[in-house]
Order: sequence, then structure tokens, then C-alpha cells
Amino acid sequence: MSVKAKKSPTKTKVRKEREVPEVKLIPVYVMGKRYEVPEGLTLMKAMEYAGYRFIRGCGCRGGTCGACGTVYRKPGDYKLQVALACQKTVEPDMYITQIPFFPANRAQYEFAELTSAPEEVFKLYPELFRCVACNACTKACPQGIQVMDAISALKQGNIAEASRLSFECIQCGLCTSRCFGELAQYHMFQLARRIYGARIVPRAEHLADMVKAVNEGKYDNILNELKRVKKDELTKLYQEREEEPVTAGEDWRPKDKTYL
Amino acid sequence: MNLAYYPGCTLKTKAKNLEEPAIASMEVLAFKMEEITRWNCCGAVHSLADDDLIHQVAPVRNLIRAREQKKNELVTLCSFCFNTLKRANLLMKANAEKRNTINSFMDDEIDYSGEVNVVHLLEVLRDEIGWEALAQKVKLPLRDLKVAPYYGCMLLRPREVAIDNVEDPGILRKLVEALGATPVDFPESTRCCGSYQIISDPGVISAYAWNILSSALSHGAEALVLSCPLCDYDLGQGQKELVKKRAEFKGMPIFYFTQLLALALGLDPQVCHFELNYGDPESLLREKNLLS
Amino acid sequence: MSVTISSKRMGSEFVKKVKELSGENLNLCYQCGMCTGVCPAASNMDLSPRQVIELARLGMQKEIAESKTVWICASCLACTVNCPRGFDLSKLMEAIRLLTLRKNVDHVKPEQVLPEKRDDIPQIAMVSGLRKFTG
Repeated sequence: MSVKAKKSPTKTKVRKEREVPEVKLIPVYVMGKRYEVPEGLTLMKAMEYAGYRFIRGCGCRGGTCGACGTVYRKPGDYKLQVALACQKTVEPDMYITQIPFFPANRAQYEFAELTSAPEEVFKLYPELFRCVACNACTKACPQGIQVMDAISALKQGNIAEASRLSFECIQCGLCTSRCFGELAQYHMFQLARRIYGARIVPRAEHLADMVKAVNEGKYDNILNELKRVKKDELTKLYQEREEEPVTAGEDWRPKDKTYL
Repeated sequence: MNLAYYPGCTLKTKAKNLEEPAIASMEVLAFKMEEITRWNCCGAVHSLADDDLIHQVAPVRNLIRAREQKKNELVTLCSFCFNTLKRANLLMKANAEKRNTINSFMDDEIDYSGEVNVVHLLEVLRDEIGWEALAQKVKLPLRDLKVAPYYGCMLLRPREVAIDNVEDPGILRKLVEALGATPVDFPESTRCCGSYQIISDPGVISAYAWNILSSALSHGAEALVLSCPLCDYDLGQGQKELVKKRAEFKGMPIFYFTQLLALALGLDPQVCHFELNYGDPESLLREKNLLS
Repeated sequence: MSVTISSKRMGSEFVKKVKELSGENLNLCYQCGMCTGVCPAASNMDLSPRQVIELARLGMQKEIAESKTVWICASCLACTVNCPRGFDLSKLMEAIRLLTLRKNVDHVKPEQVLPEKRDDIPQIAMVSGLRKFTG
């Protein structure tokens, strides 16, 4: 709400009526209660339009944080659908609720003590074996991840595959909310990805070499030189720098080879 | 010839010594075992409740995968997987009401009514290769190796899934003979090893193991041959306890039938992964000059 | 063991539920004892398999609930293939287990399996055990 400015008695102007475009309102049911909201809004904005103020169930508003997991249904259809409230556009007669949090089991562990063996996942999450491959988790995933397949990979001891399949996971918890076996899929996947990244994936050798070179002082001279340069000169150097083209191949080299 | 193959979770981690010699041996016998793609855990046990359909979904899903991939036959190595897949398959064939409910529940999959046949590798050896043909391919006859065939439960029970005569099975005996070894029949060859009781009541497993192993021993067996990773684990763990408790018992090597097959076909013993076996099979094999 | 048999008990909810879950005709059993004879776990059980059928048929819910027999059963199906009347006792055992498990009372907890065992225990042991003993 804006504060009305004090009108100066000598400078009163008649404000022109602004043209407000016609906005179509559509009905939507939030937790069973009917509201009319403008078409074209996301579910999240629609709920805010209706008067809900988010203190939970809202985060990045950009489809990445997993806070706004929402379950909805359309009339005449018994099937449950899922979406992220910040991404999904509202549709007429949507029947929605949010599941901002689900009490999923999160094992306690010291990551530094874990090896790359799949048994680490078995030991920390033995309920993994309660999966009955019903596929409810896959149906509940707003990111389109093949959740059942990823759990299957974990059961088979394939951490790499489980990490690959669960890459898009944003930890919204909707899978756990529907799971017949009460598994916390997203926590298991996070453990798998941590093990994969820290223990299985090969180290970038060129990065290690570069870090070594830097620590050994290979680039000290250049850095000290640049530190001595005055601001104007530095700006000029920056603006005139030679940039590696986006399409450059492995064998691209700069024209000025002094600093290589 | 290609065989559509369902491994099951355990073969990929704990039972490499069942899977690898199988694949290698079948190649020598001109069969390529091709894993079906996107398979999931079959659930290990068949649900025995009349109204329970959710536990049939896991095995049926695998049968659907086989069907999608245009396979008529699905081969398994693990006895438990064989039993679960076959019982689910029979249910889908026989019971229209349950079939319809399961199919409509699995609305993200094609419909299935039992089109795929589930077989165990032993059946393939007996029916599609034949014992005589197999015997001719043997390069290293396992002479003087007295090995007791142990079936456990899942290959022979219930009667609808049995791969051989329920009371007097002979399929493992025929295999052992074809490989040049001496089969030792003993009365407890179909007695249960304790199965999943290893997680709820591990204390009884060594008693069950003693019933089986002592009977085999007293009939002159030097080793046991089996097909199921759970039997292998139960008997193996049971053995460890027994060796501690009974001074006269020194343990008994336990083989997977695929390991004996690979060895007899003259394959590199590395593929058998004997280091994963219980009861020190390598010493026994060296004694019989079957391993250098 | 003295018991009171009544038609009221035999028609109870418990008996109906057990018949429904197992899908088996409890009246087939003529108490020959073959099941107990072939059961590899019978020596550890307090009620023998034969006794379990009879008590189930008579609606003796309390005695069955107090018994450990169904939790010692390993579903080996020896009883099933040997019954001269074709009664599938393994299904009755499962039905009785489910009466407890479906009330959200688990017989085993996943974390109960000793940590030192979980490293080498094959997945089928965990999957089958949890399927039979948790709801």
C-alpha cells in the first residue's frame, strides 16, 4: 500500500484514469475453499492474490529450492497431479494443497567416515528394502524424475546410476509423502550423490595440476605485476584483454603468450 | 542364441560368483545372456495373502519389461527371483479379476496376461542344451569331487513352479554327473535353510545349517552345490558359527552350480570369484587337481 | 490343554478374516500332522503347525496371538506340498501374521538387523524379511 502524498493546494491536478486491462478471473480451490484469481498467475501468486501470506512453502520462486511442492486435482478426474506452485500456471477449478514439509527420515552420519560402497546406503537407510516398486513416487515427482528406477538402482548397489537419475531432485519431499514403504527417497538420493561426487567420480587432473602450479608460485610474478599497476592502466588492460571465444577448441591459444 | 536374463539385486553386488560364471559359461555354450533393461527388484518373496495385490506389482513389472522388449522367455539365476516371478506370472495367467485390477493399477505400463515364460537356468541347461551335449563340452571333468546337490525350497515349491519332481528331484544330480563329478544324494537336500529368519532370528540359522550340512557330510559329501544366494548366505553364516561350536566340524565348501559349470567347461577360474565363497572351496579344488 | 469350543467363536470375525486373507478352506484339515512332520522349524515352535490350523478353525484368537509360531515360519512351503488334502498352510501362516502387521505393528525393525551384519547381508534377505515381518 502506498502512502498518499500531501496535495499542494496550488498544484492540484486531476489524475487521468489509467487503462486497466480486462483480467479474466477463474475459480481455484485452495485447501477446499473457493477463490477467484486472475488467469495467468502461477499457483503461488494466485494464493497470494487470494490473501495467503507465505511463511513456509515458499523459497526461491524459481523452481529450484523444492519448498513449494503442491498436489492438485482437476474436476471429474480421480488422478492426483503434482507441480511446483512457483512454476505452474493456475487452471480453472484446480483443487490444490501444498505440502511444504514432510517428516522424512534423515540418517545421521559423519560423511568423512563413509566409503564408496553401496552398503553404506544400506546401513544408513535399511528401509530402502521396503520398496515394493509401486511407482507412486515417480507419479509424485514434479521434476519428472524416474524415482522408482533410481531406488531400484540403489537397491542394486549402483550409486552412480542412482546419482545420475536423481540429478534433478530438488528435495521437495512429495515422493516420501506418497511412499507405500515409508522411504525417504530424496535423502537417500542425496547420500548417493554425495558419495558419488566425493568418492567415485574421477578427480579433475587438470584442476589438480593448476592448483599445484598456483601453490608453487608459477603465477606469483604476474599477480604481483598486476597489483603494482595503477587503476587507469588496469582498466585499460581489462578493456583491451583478449577473450577466449565461446566456440574455442582445445588447442586455442592467446596471441600474447607472455603469461602462459 | 539370445536369452533374456533377469539378474535380481543380489547378483549385482553379493553374488557375483553366481552371475559371472553363468554368463561366461553360457557364452561357451553359444547362448548370450542379455539383461533386460530397466528391471527392478522383484520383491524376493511371493505374497501369500489372497487380497494382497500391491506386492505382485514389482514382479509383474519385470515381466512387462520382458514383454516390452519382445522376449518370450525370461531366465533367472537366483532361486528366490525365479519363484517370485513365476508365481506372479501364474497369478496373472490364472486369475482374471486380479489381473485386471493389477493392470489397471499399473496404468503407466502396458497390459500383461502372462505372455512371458519364466525359467531357471537349470531348466535351460536340461531342456535347451541337454546333459549329453553338455558333457561333451566339458574340458576339465570334475573327477573325484563328491558334491551334494542342495535345492532349498524355492526351486521346487509350490508344485506349480517346481522345475523338477518335488519329492525326488534329480536336475542338479544330472548336472553334477554331466560335469564329471560324483553327486551325493542326501535326505535333507530340500530342507529349508531358514531363509529370511536370518534377520529376525539369526540364532536358529546355525541349527538349520547343521541339519543340512551334517546330513550331507555323513553321506560322504565333500562340498555342497546350490543356486540361491540366500541359502548360500545362511549356510555360510551358519557354518561359521558351527566351526566355532563343534570341534569336529571343519566346514564344508559351498559352490554355486554356475561355478562348477564354468570350471568344468575349462574357463579361467577368475570368472568364478571363489574368494566370495564360504567354506574355502579353493583348497578342496586344489586337492583334487582342479585348480592350480 | 482345555479349551471351550463354541459355534459363536467359530463364526467370529477372527475366523472370517483368516479365511478371507488366506483364501483357504480351514475345514479341509483332518489333523493328520503331516505338516508338523515335514516342517523344518517345528522344533522351535510353541504351537505346532497342526495345532495352529485347529486353533484357527475354532476361533482361538488369543492362543494364536500369544504364540510365536507364525513368526518362526520361514514360508518354505514344505507343509503346502505335503498336505494330503491340498490345504495351503503357508497362506494361513501369512494371514495370521498380517492380522498383526496390518494394524501397523511390525515384528522386526529395519534398524534392528545388527550393524555388523548389514555389510555382507544379501539384499534378498532384507527385502524378504521386511516383506514378511513389517507392514
